[in-house]
Amino acid sequence: MDVTSRTFGNVVVVAPAGRADLTGSAALESALAPLWARADVSGLVLDFAGVPYISSVGLRVLMIAAKEMRARRARIAVAGLQPVAAEIFAISRFDKVLEVFPVVRDALAAISPTALAAYDAA
Amino acid sequence: MKRIRFWGTRGSLPVALTAPGVRAKIIAALRDGAGRTFESDAEIERYVDALPFAVAGTFGGHTACVEIETGASEYVVCDLGSGLRSFGQAAIARHGPANPQTYHLFVSHVHWDHIMGLPFFGPAYIPGNRLFFYGAHRELEAALRRQMEPPSFPVNFSVFNADIKFVYLEPGQAHDVAGMRVTVKRQHHAGDSYGYRFERDGRTVVYTTDSEHTFEDPNESAAFAKFFRKADVVVFDAMYSLAEAISVKADWGHSSNIVGVELCQLAEARHLCLFHHEPALDDVALSTMLEETQRYEEITRTGEPLRVTAAYDGLELTL
Repeated sequence: MDVTSRTFGNVVVVAPAGRADLTGSAALESALAPLWARADVSGLVLDFAGVPYISSVGLRVLMIAAKEMRARRARIAVAGLQPVAAEIFAISRFDKVLEVFPVVRDALAAISPTALAAYDAA
Repeated sequence: MKRIRFWGTRGSLPVALTAPGVRAKIIAALRDGAGRTFESDAEIERYVDALPFAVAGTFGGHTACVEIETGASEYVVCDLGSGLRSFGQAAIARHGPANPQTYHLFVSHVHWDHIMGLPFFGPAYIPGNRLFFYGAHRELEAALRRQMEPPSFPVNFSVFNADIKFVYLEPGQAHDVAGMRVTVKRQHHAGDSYGYRFERDGRTVVYTTDSEHTFEDPNESAAFAKFFRKADVVVFDAMYSLAEAISVKADWGHSSNIVGVELCQLAEARHLCLFHHEPALDDVALSTMLEETQRYEEITRTGEPLRVTAAYDGLELTL
């Protein structure tokens, strides 16, 4: 799995590409861990437009990220779920514990007006 | 092995279908049948049988008790939940009280919901019956005796007239019991629980309840996949959603439907039977969970299809 990121204001948009299975989830966790530890990152948006599938192991990584972010009152959201991944979110009830938005822009709008402005200006 | 029969499928504590629950089912059935006429009882029965399970049936409310019909005359039962009473009554009705039987009773752990049926197990009171209790908890006998001590229960363990023996099964090893090969596996649960893999006549049943899978250790998943390997049926603790199991209910010692599918797929098991249902879930919620689990299996399937069912009190699975 390839993971890229872009920063808009104090929010980081992380875009994994590939299956978030046992192997892919390790790469995702490696990419996210430094971000959830950074005090200057007040929000994380996970752009899942490039993730066709996520397993329980991948969902566990998202739960860890959510716990870490919420522990320091930071926000986390998921955007752009593909149909199968969206089904998995619903079946696992992750759609009840994580904020899910149709697209990245909607997530930024909910998290930070500053980040949204930076996104629109980019 | 011939068949599995479920006498209790609920987790944590028994639940009963309530009057409002029955009323809702009747309303749903009548709404569905509005305008129909029925010429005979058989026609009514056909109509009822075609209704969704959440309308015409119920998952039931007894705590864990599962009978495995091995093909031999001796009984094999997993866990002593409140469903054990119904099982005992059925066994007595089948043979009559004057015809001694042998019962092999495997205990996953000694939490109350898994032992509460024993004081109401009729065959234990009948002289000539033989009861073998199997488990990997050293305190199994003490726990069964303690729940029948005053002031918690009016009579103590000594009122049982059957011939009773306790057999300790070493975890991680295979044992020969009642014509079966029985492998015992330690599971993650407060105070530990133990899963059982039963093999006989080329058939395999895995009983794995009250078992949390954290996925923190990749070796753990591999070990469970080996334990479930090519099982004909895996009776699996699917008490919570995955989100609950790894967040607010982490370390509560239970698993999810999602993990059940993934482990069974990894193990190339043939049939996943969801078990130890959350008491807060009604028939509609459990039916929805079953449909979603079947869909998850479909989405994630890479090899042979995995059959997915949800256990209910009274369900029989032919092996």
